[in-house]
Amino acid sequence: MITDLKILKERERQVYLKGEEPFDMKCDVKSTAGSVSQRACVFCGSRVVLYPVADALHLVHGPIGCAAYTWDIRGALSSGPELHRKSFSTDLTEKEVIFGGEKKLYQALNELIEKHSPKAAFVYSTCIVGIIGDDVGAVAKRVAKEKDIPVIPVHSEGFKGTKKDGYQAACTALLKLVGKGDIKGISKTSINILGEFNIGGEAWMITEYYKKMGVEVVSVLTGDSRIENIKKAHGASLNVVQCSGSMLYLAKKMEEEYGIPFIRVSYFGLEDTSKALYDVASIFKDNTDVMEKTKILVKEEVLKIYEDLLFYKKHLTGKRAAIYVGGAFKAFSLIKALKFLGMKTVLVGSQTGNDEDYEILRDMCDDGTVILDDSNPIELSKYIVEKKADLFIGGVKERPIAYKMGIGFCDHNHERKTPLAGFKGMYNFADEVYSTVMSPVWKFCPIRPELYDNPFLKRGIL
Amino acid sequence: MIEDTVVKKDSYTSTTNACKLCTPLGACIAFKGIKGAISLMHGSQGCATYIRRYLISHFKEPIDIASSNFSEDTAIFGGGANLKQAVLNVSNQYKPELIGISTTCLSETIGDDVGLIIKSMATEIDHDYKVVHVSTPSYTGTHESGYRGTLRAIVEQIATEEKSSDRSVNFISAMLSPADMRYFKEILEDFQIRYRFLPDYSETLDGALWDEYKKIPSGGTTIDEIANMSKAIGTIELGYIGSESESVSKLLKEKFNIKDYRVGIPVGVEATDNLLKIISEISGNNVPAKFLNERGRLLDSYVDGHKYVFGKRCVLYGEEDFVVAIACFLSEIGIIPVLCGSGGKSGKLKKVISSRIDGFDEKQIKVMDGVDFSEIEEISKQLKPDFFIGNSKGYSISREMNIPLIRIGFPVHDRFGGSRILHTGYRGTQALFDLIVNTLLKEKQDRSSTGYSYL
Repeated sequence: MITDLKILKERERQVYLKGEEPFDMKCDVKSTAGSVSQRACVFCGSRVVLYPVADALHLVHGPIGCAAYTWDIRGALSSGPELHRKSFSTDLTEKEVIFGGEKKLYQALNELIEKHSPKAAFVYSTCIVGIIGDDVGAVAKRVAKEKDIPVIPVHSEGFKGTKKDGYQAACTALLKLVGKGDIKGISKTSINILGEFNIGGEAWMITEYYKKMGVEVVSVLTGDSRIENIKKAHGASLNVVQCSGSMLYLAKKMEEEYGIPFIRVSYFGLEDTSKALYDVASIFKDNTDVMEKTKILVKEEVLKIYEDLLFYKKHLTGKRAAIYVGGAFKAFSLIKALKFLGMKTVLVGSQTGNDEDYEILRDMCDDGTVILDDSNPIELSKYIVEKKADLFIGGVKERPIAYKMGIGFCDHNHERKTPLAGFKGMYNFADEVYSTVMSPVWKFCPIRPELYDNPFLKRGIL
Repeated sequence: MIEDTVVKKDSYTSTTNACKLCTPLGACIAFKGIKGAISLMHGSQGCATYIRRYLISHFKEPIDIASSNFSEDTAIFGGGANLKQAVLNVSNQYKPELIGISTTCLSETIGDDVGLIIKSMATEIDHDYKVVHVSTPSYTGTHESGYRGTLRAIVEQIATEEKSSDRSVNFISAMLSPADMRYFKEILEDFQIRYRFLPDYSETLDGALWDEYKKIPSGGTTIDEIANMSKAIGTIELGYIGSESESVSKLLKEKFNIKDYRVGIPVGVEATDNLLKIISEISGNNVPAKFLNERGRLLDSYVDGHKYVFGKRCVLYGEEDFVVAIACFLSEIGIIPVLCGSGGKSGKLKKVISSRIDGFDEKQIKVMDGVDFSEIEEISKQLKPDFFIGNSKGYSISREMNIPLIRIGFPVHDRFGGSRILHTGYRGTQALFDLIVNTLLKEKQDRSSTGYSYL
């Protein structure tokens, strides 16, 4: 089926059909005005990265919206305090917009720190703070001194870039903590896990793997993290970076400042999870034990689920998937994992991919696959229909696009509650794909009239 | 009773777990009620995306909101160029009948004059579509006032011509569910009166599956209907809280001398009687038997269930007009809304509630505006209610206190079918009454050591 939905002229180079030449994809640019971008803003980028720090106060400095929309928004679990699940705002009103919000910020910080005794406070600047010119740094300094906890401004004014700039602002904030803790007694065989947010307990699963391998995890950034652990992050021997978009900057900075090397990994799918663990093990090759233990671990974990995965594969082979995610790195793993299940990727796109990412995607995909940068609902719906997708993988904003057209959907974003990382995660993923793709309800959807042959319907009686 | 122990709002500077949303969200909901309309927010990309996500989680429908997508340059040099490009791109891609522009705190603070920017585009704007703009900085008002302000702006900018009467009625709905809107339309149809219903998102926010992608979902009040509002003999507007400058009925009265009827959101027998009385008066027709039967069954159930609910204590929160309506209904059946809370700050909440409830007793019913959920929690711990009633955002308190929460209104993010909850009229009241009685019965049964099987 070919739809008549049009691509905006400004966006033509952000849509690519694999097989076409030349490959000249435009990406890493700001969204076109008037295009319904699926992206968020700088604030969103900062907020999602720092969100899981569970014993910190996260105060959003601005009018109420930004805090209200990020209240308890991520499925990031904590094993202890849950201060991160509350939404704190200075709730600026007209008066402060005119006369400045510093006084209110100072009072808000004071009362909230007194009430909740956090181990640190992050103060997020929203759009308006960048305009009215509040000196957030000065207020933070004063409160930090008076309350004797780190008070860290996060420069996340929504309009000052894209979500990626927000990631960087969050990393800059974290760097103010790293290096402040005592690193005595940390093993040489130790790592930080970067870009893992403990959605549905994923960080716990991965930490457990490393523990079994004999690798000490100093700090997870930022899943289930505590200020004390973040402060000690410079004590690790290696940074293992997942979700490269959000934390690569922190890894690079830590390499510069503390000489800690980093590697990029993904914990999604059997192939990538195994590779991640082996990559880490091979770095600690002086400690021969680690590689042996890793081999045993991978074998054990794969055996636990392999038979089930084959069952899913049998049913899913030949089904067609569409992928639209935030960072492109996630898409690489998804394509591989879907392939493992016998599925074909017919559309893949990301909000924030760069040149290199799109080249990798092009090389991974079959001819005819649509590759999209910073897409919008019209394009996404055009191509999931044209490409006859059986399944769409994305976040909350993509769900109704799929469902309205009668196409299955799996949430791969940070609001989900099911862990999809690691070996167990691959099982969960396969199970979820199976339970949506195999549901009998799709036959009733008008997009597939051939599946529900009802003569009454045709005669207009029903 | 609690006066002395409760922490007063002004002792807190900050807001924790807000019981309100920002102004432009209300604008986006209102624009969803216009046929062929698409929302365009003048500000950062994040505002549009966050609001989309929030609405989608409740309505579970595609909700496209475009953004003029400010960058640093835009913030310094003004948003005119971005807004123009956005309007042209949106019209090009969506082929809308109306583009509804709402502002954000950012564009308001830098002082963009949206009206002027639109005017300067007169030659570029295709005459196939209308552009309506509304000022919705989130540092003033809430989503509730944004909703009202947007309806007012729509009517102000479209219903400009005086037209001869066609004996119709204008019905201006409060921010209710698509199910409520369908029910109001059913009532008006059964009264056999010509009506214009604004805003009508009964289909756009709760529609059927599609066989081909629709850029803009079908349904909604047409531009023509709005332009013809000057033909009506009366305007019924739901809600007491809106100021005169936010009121559509007041506007139509001032401009075209159309009689205005401000009524409460009809939840409960008295409020519904009041609405039907007015429709009956305007239409000259009697209340159809169907509704009298619904009313009869509702009263029958009030009697059957009165013992289960009498004297029960409830903490109620939400948008101000919604809180007024539910408080009146609860009082009507003998439940005490010990706290009526709202994040809204019109300054009228207490006055309206006290004047609407027979024998209102300040010692029993605490009315608080400008509250957040952390204050609602503190007060609830002192008031020890039997249940909470309001949107799903009270769940964390309900869980913490182990007291049931009855989810109604907007948003319902942790249950299914939020857009199909019917709150209004005899039929909606019946559903609410059954829900409340059953919630109380379940509590009693679950907490009983005997586990009676007849209750």
